[in-house]
Amino acid sequence: MNSFLSIEKLTQRFPDGAGGELTVFDDASFGVEKGEFVVILGHSGCGKSTIMNILAGLAEPTSGVVKMDGELVRGPSLDRGVVFQNYSLLPWLTTLKNVTFGVQARYPDWSKAKVIAHATEFLAMVGLEGDVIHRKPSQLSGGMRQRVSIARAFANHPKLLLLDEPFGALDALTRGTIQDELLKIWGQMEQTVFMITHDIDEAILLADRILLMTNGPFARVAESVEITIPRPRNRTEIIEHPNYYAIRNHLVQFLGKRSKELSGHPSTPGETNRPTPVRIDKTIPADDPEDQQPALRVVNS
Amino acid sequence: MATLSENKRAALLSILLLLAGLFVWEMSIPAQKAAGELTEYELLTGGGQPKAGVPPPSQVLAKAWEQLSDPFYDAGPNDKGIGIQIGYSIYRVLTGYLLAALIAIPLGFLIGMSSVAYKALNPFIQVLRPISPLAWMPLALFIIQDSEASAIFVIFICSIWPMLINTAFGVAAVREDWVNVARTHELGPIKTAFTVILPAAAPTIVTGMRISIGIAWLVIVAAEMLVGGTGIGYYVWNEWNNLDLTSVIFSILMIGVVGMLLDAAFGFLQRRVTYIE
Ligand SMILES: Nc1ncnc2c1ncn2[C@@H]1O[C@H](COP(=O)(O)OP(=O)(O)OP(=O)(O)O)[C@@H](O)[C@H]1O
Ligand SMILES: [Mg+2]
Repeated sequence: MNSFLSIEKLTQRFPDGAGGELTVFDDASFGVEKGEFVVILGHSGCGKSTIMNILAGLAEPTSGVVKMDGELVRGPSLDRGVVFQNYSLLPWLTTLKNVTFGVQARYPDWSKAKVIAHATEFLAMVGLEGDVIHRKPSQLSGGMRQRVSIARAFANHPKLLLLDEPFGALDALTRGTIQDELLKIWGQMEQTVFMITHDIDEAILLADRILLMTNGPFARVAESVEITIPRPRNRTEIIEHPNYYAIRNHLVQFLGKRSKELSGHPSTPGETNRPTPVRIDKTIPADDPEDQQPALRVVNS
Repeated sequence: MATLSENKRAALLSILLLLAGLFVWEMSIPAQKAAGELTEYELLTGGGQPKAGVPPPSQVLAKAWEQLSDPFYDAGPNDKGIGIQIGYSIYRVLTGYLLAALIAIPLGFLIGMSSVAYKALNPFIQVLRPISPLAWMPLALFIIQDSEASAIFVIFICSIWPMLINTAFGVAAVREDWVNVARTHELGPIKTAFTVILPAAAPTIVTGMRISIGIAWLVIVAAEMLVGGTGIGYYVWNEWNNLDLTSVIFSILMIGVVGMLLDAAFGFLQRRVTYIE
């Protein structure tokens, strides 16, 4: 309840085009702690982007509230940086100007030189240096554009960073590089991150916690899976960690089967809609029943 | 030939076509008939005067040389240099055009941003737009009581529509993603208009401005023929009354050249604001 970011009884309905209503999700409640990296996983159309737009303040929910730092989210804010799925760079500005655009908005009293130095620093952080930063987005590769978009968001030091499938359009190799860069920057800045993805391995690599959504309509944030793999993580080494496959299997199981089984019913009154916490840890000897219980339930099922 | 670039070959072909055209023109003008061979009718209609026939290009070139070597002479109301006449026309076009831009672009912004404004103003636009600008002339002359201002008004009214419609269309079509970028950066409405919507819609707006300037230049000639006094349109008409066809042809060419330059200026502006998504 007292999380850094708390989502309470969020409901979103849209007109379904046939005169009726489509309830995307109903009474969803969850929290995100300060400095946490939370990834939300769910099938296409379950309402992830809708949730993100509401968190960003770009859309209004049908009912329910979002609070950040105890304050109601009423509209977009510089405190919530967004990396849009399609990069959303301004094509008439150069790479550098796309970033200074944000920095200027955030720090209006900075001198021009300071703004440029700051933007250049963040572009360098995502590996964009030299001539590249004076090119227009149309002259960059997809991966480079994505990095500009990430640099723009990070350079503003938002309290919360919202990433909507930020690597969706990238090939595996570029994706890996940018994931590493993202982790590096996140490690340096202790930012709170909320990210959408379709990619299970990406989610395990990046997240402290994974929220699992059931299919829509009436989607629910059903489980909150803790990623019990220590940081720093490395894509080649984490697969050797004893928890990796246990967690991965749990996620695959959920998305493959249970997301369907759990979907489709309106919430029953009185039922709590908070996600069930799940902790899978095979490194701890089995003498701690509380920790082991959810894991056993899942692994044995 | 094969070693020349495409552009050079095209330029060469253009010059050849020009020379061939001028040659055919020159050759097809029969030598002036001697005055004695003229019929009475020809005499009455002015056929007997030396300048009454369509002049050959050599004569037009000579005229052009004469006019362009002293374009700004001023020898009374009916005898001014071509430079002065074109200057008057450009002044009228730019005045009317800028006034139109001043109204069309902000109003277009409003219409593009608000569907209520669009729906409210659309019927007026649809009725006013197809009216030939010259149809306004009598009303303008009556109300404004000044031929100069009436000509400017006619330019204003004909150049406002393409700018208004293109601005509204360009603004309405700005991608929501870009507006969301402005929103997440907490830009106010004015800042959003100038830093996001204007550059995003600029290519469409400038296309409208380019169409408008073209129309304005077409209309000014006709308007000046009506109101008289000064300007390239009046000049053409005046030379026709003098039966100086050499000057008429020369000024027609000048109208084309100035129109081309105006268009080129906006073409340049258009390239400056165009972006690739
Ligand atoms: N403006 C809208 N009007 C009507 N229905 C909408 C609107 N926006 C979203 N929806 C519906 O809400 C549901 C959730 O959409 P959303 O974009 O949040 O899905 P998503 O989980 O992000 O999917 P994906 O993974 O494919 O991006 C979909 O069924 C969609 O059709
Ligand atoms: Mg989505």
